[in-house]
Amino acid sequence: MFPLRRLSSTVVVLLGVTILTYGLIFLTPGDPATVVLQEQLGHQPSEQSVRDFRAEQGLDDPVPVQYANWLADVLRGDLGDSYYGDGPVLELLVDHLPQTLALAGASILVAICVALPAGIASACYRGTRIDYASQLIALLGVSTPNFWLGYLLIIVGALRLGLFPVAGAGSLPQLVLPAITLGTGMAAVLTRLVRSSLLEVLAEPFVDGARARGVPERAVVVVHALRTALLPVVTMIGLQLGYVLGGAVVVEVVFQRPGLGTLLVDAVFARDYPVVQGVTLLVGTLFVAVNLLTDLVYRRLDPRVSIGGVGT
Amino acid sequence: MSVRSTLERCRPIVEHPTLRTLARNRAAVAGAVVVAGLAVLAAVGPVLSPYDPTAQDLANRLRSPSLAHPLGTDQLGRDVATRLAAGARVSLGIALLVTGIRLALGVSVGLVAGYVGGWVDEVLMRVVDVLLAFPGIVLALVVAGVAGPSLRNLVLALAAVGWTTYARVVRSSVLEVRERAFVKASRLTGAPRRRVIRRHVLPTVAGPVVVLATLDLGGVILATAGLSFLGLGAQPPAPEWGTMLATGRHHLRDATWLVNAPGLAIVCAVLGANLLGDGVRDALDPEGEIERKSGGRRR
Repeated sequence: MFPLRRLSSTVVVLLGVTILTYGLIFLTPGDPATVVLQEQLGHQPSEQSVRDFRAEQGLDDPVPVQYANWLADVLRGDLGDSYYGDGPVLELLVDHLPQTLALAGASILVAICVALPAGIASACYRGTRIDYASQLIALLGVSTPNFWLGYLLIIVGALRLGLFPVAGAGSLPQLVLPAITLGTGMAAVLTRLVRSSLLEVLAEPFVDGARARGVPERAVVVVHALRTALLPVVTMIGLQLGYVLGGAVVVEVVFQRPGLGTLLVDAVFARDYPVVQGVTLLVGTLFVAVNLLTDLVYRRLDPRVSIGGVGT
Repeated sequence: MSVRSTLERCRPIVEHPTLRTLARNRAAVAGAVVVAGLAVLAAVGPVLSPYDPTAQDLANRLRSPSLAHPLGTDQLGRDVATRLAAGARVSLGIALLVTGIRLALGVSVGLVAGYVGGWVDEVLMRVVDVLLAFPGIVLALVVAGVAGPSLRNLVLALAAVGWTTYARVVRSSVLEVRERAFVKASRLTGAPRRRVIRRHVLPTVAGPVVVLATLDLGGVILATAGLSFLGLGAQPPAPEWGTMLATGRHHLRDATWLVNAPGLAIVCAVLGANLLGDGVRDALDPEGEIERKSGGRRR
């Protein structure tokens, strides 16, 4: 039975997410209607057209009414239209989301494939050169900006060696370099976590018990210790999704992939507010949903977490 | 005051057990040396260099590294090494500024939430939850972008989205401290609230806050460079590492140093800050208590 408190607090947070998303527009300097019309027309709009635009977009209503109308539309699945005639925002999101999800999924895969062996080796050979090397590489991984790593990979992997395409999206080879770029930072975080978690579990009595029963060391680590040690790793992968979504923005710009990130950056610079709001809302909702899911999975996996105990 | 007595006064600080622990941590010392080196470079580099970081020299554009230009020149003939040193001023300055604002904001909110309690606490903590419902860099990007690309808006945006960890940690420290006997006694004797906070609460939250701030630095340098790379924040021709990398990317085939020089500079700064941050944490908070109080959600 999942505690109601966790669910109700999620609803409150989601409501806050919509308020923040809607409130963004008030950060803009000057009158949004004039700014947008000027961008669309290419010259100073007439007073009449500004007035028409304000009436059409409901910008003359009191702010709470505007927000309520907007929220009612959002709940019906209507996120408005792009100011620049690119169609309904919802369609834009549906078009761009798959590219970002593919990138996120691929980079999480890269991160797991690197972090598991590196973390296990680090823990098993604690204090040796292998351990120090893996920790140093992990530190470099968290300290490297992914936009520079992306260009390094383009210079070496695409321009010098010609192994992969420079940019674009749609085919598997085009996913390789972006996934490595985005996966590296996460791999570094996960490597540290696998190492510390495994070290903690290896010190527990049940591991000694397994050793005393004559279970070979390799099986002790892989079968007995790793299963328990991976619990926090599962949680971390969920929490890292936020990092992946954030990093995807920059990585998509580097590799010119048409995903949510490039959509957001283009909309921000074009002052296409409905699109900015749509992407912000989607990213926030996705993040909240994944956190809830992570919490749920964690409670299922770990019998030690009492119901209603952790996470408030 | 004589030099001797000044030194005498500094003694308790220099011989403080925490600093000693930190000085024994070789990684942390290395990090401190790197950060100090960059600070020196930022201070004297642009002064000592024979070049102006923004002066164009079109006859010498895209020259590869040489004795005259150790890191080459860019697409407008400007000396890359000089621009890197000038960029260190921007990056380190912004990082300190953003971290400072985050700290001040977070500590204030945490103090109010923990000390006042009730619905005020409830509202403030929901605000924290909502801010944490977004990847920080995405929210900062949107806030800075809608407010208009400039260095000032970048600082405000990064500060506005990043104070939550400080608030959570300070709040939970306040809740702990106010239940202790000496604080209760102080309140019972009628000491004004402000005095109780200054005498008893602030000293106990100082340690955790210093740890959080040093751990924050590297991330702020990365975020500043990343948002500037996207075109928010420092605008060309300002010498900023992220902006330099963004303009250098158009010359990936013929002038890789335009991308690699600022990239390496960012890695050095972030690596140094992270090593120092980890060291300060290990020295001040060996039990990992701060991480627990922050809700285990850094980044």
